[in-house]
Amino acid sequence: MSEHIVLDEPKPTTDDSTTRRAFLAAAGAAGLCYLAALGYPVYRYLASPSEMASNATAITEVTLKDAQKLAPGSALMFKFGTAPAMLIHHQDGTWVALSAVCTHLGCTVQYEPQANRIHCACHGGVYDPRTGANVSGPPPKPLKLFKVAVNETGVDVSRT
Amino acid sequence: MTSKTITTSAYEWVDERLGLSELAAFARHKTVPVHSQSFWYYWGGISLFLFLVQCFTGVLLLVYYRPGAEAYESVRQITFVMHFGWLIRSAHSWSANLMLFAIFVHMFSVFFMKAYRKPREFGWLSGMALLGLATVFGFSGYLLPMDELSYFATKVGLEIPVAIPFIGPVIADMLRGGPEVSEFTVQRFFALHVVVLPALFLPLLGFHLWLVQRYGNAVPPREESKPLSERKNIPFMPSFLRKDLAMWLISLNILALLASVFPWTLGKQADALSPAPLGIHPEWYFMSPFEMLKLLGNWLPGEFGEIAGLLLFSLGIALWVLIPFYDSTRESGQRGRTAHYFGLVAVILLLATTAIGYWTIR
Repeated sequence: MSEHIVLDEPKPTTDDSTTRRAFLAAAGAAGLCYLAALGYPVYRYLASPSEMASNATAITEVTLKDAQKLAPGSALMFKFGTAPAMLIHHQDGTWVALSAVCTHLGCTVQYEPQANRIHCACHGGVYDPRTGANVSGPPPKPLKLFKVAVNETGVDVSRT
Repeated sequence: MTSKTITTSAYEWVDERLGLSELAAFARHKTVPVHSQSFWYYWGGISLFLFLVQCFTGVLLLVYYRPGAEAYESVRQITFVMHFGWLIRSAHSWSANLMLFAIFVHMFSVFFMKAYRKPREFGWLSGMALLGLATVFGFSGYLLPMDELSYFATKVGLEIPVAIPFIGPVIADMLRGGPEVSEFTVQRFFALHVVVLPALFLPLLGFHLWLVQRYGNAVPPREESKPLSERKNIPFMPSFLRKDLAMWLISLNILALLASVFPWTLGKQADALSPAPLGIHPEWYFMSPFEMLKLLGNWLPGEFGEIAGLLLFSLGIALWVLIPFYDSTRESGQRGRTAHYFGLVAVILLLATTAIGYWTIR
C-alpha cells in the first residue's frame, strides 16, 4: 500500500531540484548580504559613543591645571578618560591619585578626611585613602592607584 | 517526539488560541485582479514600505537627536561625528520624499481607477487623511535640523495660516510657540513629529489597510464592464505578494542609491539676524499650493487676495476629498466623466504650478 503512494507522487527530476536548490541558496545569500549591508551601518551608528569612550579611555595622562593649590586634607574629583577619579592632598603633604569607581558595583566613592577613609555610600565599602586598599565592606579589589607628579603649574596624573 | 511533531503541536497550540488557520485561509483565498492597469496596485504597498523605513530610520535618529536649543548641534553630530549618521539621516529625508511621491501616485491611480466608489468611500477618506498627515510630518520634520533653510521654510510656511481671518494669528502663534520661530518651535514640532502624528497616523493606517483586506482591489471601469468570466485574477499568496516584495526591494535599492550618492546636506545654523539665503523655496510637495497662492496674490493683491486664495484652495481640496459622494456608483455616466476631467485638471494644475514655481526661483 505504501509503495503505491510513493509511486503516485510526482518525482522531481534532478535538474529541477538542483536549480531550485541553487535558486534558494542564491536568494539566501543575497538576503544575508542585504542584512549585513543594513546591519553594519546601523551597528556602527549605535556603537559610536562606546567607540568614542574607548578612545577616551586610551588616555594615559591627565594634567590638572592649578591643582597644586589644593588645600591639605581635601580631595579633587576629576575625569581620567571617561571614568571619575580623585586627587587627595593629605595633611602630611603627600599626594595620592586613584580611581573613584568602587570595585564592587561601580558607584562613585568619596573621600572623608575626618574619618581618614574613602567611603562608598551605595553598599558601605571602605578603602584606605593612601593605598586604595579595600579595608571593609563588599569591595573585592582595591582602587587603582595613579602616578602623581606635582609642579608649579599643576598636577600630572598618569597610569602606573 | 520528532521535530516535525513538535512544530505541529506548537502550531496547533497557538492556532487554538489565536485562530491562525482562519487568517491563513483568508490569505489563501485573497486574489488580486490582473489587467493592463495592474501596475498601479503596487504604489500603496510602496508607500507602506517607505513608511516602515521612516519608522526605522526615525527611531535611529531619535537616539542622538536633541530638540530645543541644541537641535542644530545634535544634527551636526549625527551628520559628521556618529558613524554612518549621515547615511541614516539621508535615508530618512530621501525616504520621506519618496513616500510622499508614492502616496501621490497611489492617490491619482485610485482616482482615475475610480476606486473611491461605493463601498470604498472610507478607503478614499482615510487615504486623504493619511496624505494630509504625511504632509504635516514633512513640514514638522523639515524644521528639526534648525539650519537656515528649515528655519526660513517654517517661518514662511507659518505665515500662511496668519491670513485666516480672526483666528489665523492665534493659530500661527500656537504652532510657533511665540511670535518668532525659535527653540520653542523646534520643541513642539518635535513633539508633533514623533508623538502626536504617529499616534494619529498608525491607527488610521491600520484602518486603511483593514479596508483594503475587506473590499480587495478595485478594478477600473473598463475592466468592470467585462463579464466576470473574462476577468483575470491571481492569488495574493504567493503570486502577488512575491511581486509586491520585489517592488519593495526595488524601492529599497533606489532609496539606498539616492541616500548614499546624494547625501542630504546640512546648511548653516539658523540665525534670525542673517538674511534669507538666495533661491529659498518650499519642498516640492508644497510648491504647487505655494505657487497658486502667490499667483492669486499677484492677481488679487492685498489681504483680500490672500483670503480669496485660501478659500479657493480649501474649496478645491474639499471637492477633491468629497469626490466619492459626487461620483458614487458604477453607473454614474456624466458624473463619472466630470470627475475624470476634474482629476485631469487637478493633475495639470499641480504639474504646471510646480513647474512655474521652480522656473521662477530667483
